[in-house]
Amino acid sequence: MADQTAERQQVLYLWASGSALDSPVIGWAFHDGTDGAGPQLPDSSPPYATGVDALRAGWMLLQSAQLVPPSPGEEHANAYLEYEFVMVRTCVTIE
Amino acid sequence: MGSSDHLLSTRQMAEFVANGVLRFDALVPGDINERAVEEMARLNAERLAPEGLRPPPTRTPLDYCYPPPSAIGEYLRLPEVRGIITSLVGPDPVFDHDWTHHLPAGSTYLQPLHVDAVTDSVDPTFDIQLFWYPRDVAAGEGGTRFVPGTHLHRVRSSGLDRYQHIVGEEQFAGPAGTVVVFHHGLWHAGQPNPGTGDRWMHKVRLNPTRPQVRRWDTSDLDELHNPSSDHVFAQMMPDSVGQVLRTWHPWMSVTEYRNEQMQRARLWRYLSGDDRYDVDYYLTRLESRATLVADG
Repeated sequence: MADQTAERQQVLYLWASGSALDSPVIGWAFHDGTDGAGPQLPDSSPPYATGVDALRAGWMLLQSAQLVPPSPGEEHANAYLEYEFVMVRTCVTIE
Repeated sequence: MGSSDHLLSTRQMAEFVANGVLRFDALVPGDINERAVEEMARLNAERLAPEGLRPPPTRTPLDYCYPPPSAIGEYLRLPEVRGIITSLVGPDPVFDHDWTHHLPAGSTYLQPLHVDAVTDSVDPTFDIQLFWYPRDVAAGEGGTRFVPGTHLHRVRSSGLDRYQHIVGEEQFAGPAGTVVVFHHGLWHAGQPNPGTGDRWMHKVRLNPTRPQVRRWDTSDLDELHNPSSDHVFAQMMPDSVGQVLRTWHPWMSVTEYRNEQMQRARLWRYLSGDDRYDVDYYLTRLESRATLVADG
């Protein structure tokens, strides 16, 4: 029986130190729908210096963080990493 | 630690406020470390059993936890360890809970990044968690992952799951007997053990029962405690608490960093008893202007 191909998604979360896509990356997470069959991240740490570098490597921007004004009384509270960019790319795998 | 009662120095306290973590390499003597592994294994096996070695009830005064003969008790009663504990949570702390973490060689068990317990209250009081490693943990063998400087962030624990990697995070490696002390809010996670030896760690959480004000060796406090006018864009003391509280962790945005300085200054106000303390004028500027409305 001939091999079948399938599209699978890879997702890369990038967190940056600023709201711009070319701000330095300070955190990342990778989820691989190809289970290792698709291309992997570069060995560098972080894998891309900025989100723009990820675009140049073939990632597509799916979502960027909304800029939410602080609630009164919460102006100086820190919580989660604020500037999140969700990147995706689709890989064709043989199954 | 320089004082005869092993209390922390002002600089160490400031580092704890800035980083949320202090580390003491090979603090626990080898013979206690050796006996501890057997006791930790028993505690692991018998903790939930009807008979055997059990942890103390929550809110047991620390002095009464793990009475002799007990390697864990000996460790908790070491003068060097008690000096650290007293400096951070004052005299008469109580036991919250403990846990032994045993990761056999080759274990793939992976915790997501998390904080313990629940989202914190807004007051500056804090618990400490002592992580004791009775055996060597080699670099690359999966010691506890933690992110310095995260302890004053107000988050829900499960919200941290998605952060697989953060620039500036650390993974513990060090010699047997090392004790790492966390502010209870520090983001951390247990990691797999790709090494060839079993990894053991005892974690204990302690609660203060008395105000945590000036409990350390304050003999150098006057020398290092900067005035509230200390300001990076004006004049500042070159060697001061404020200088330590300016520690900028590489994962912090500019806004996050400045907010963090305010949170650290608030914590230092509590610890030092100086309710006018400030670093880089962020609190004082707002508080001074607010009096105009109040006075008007």
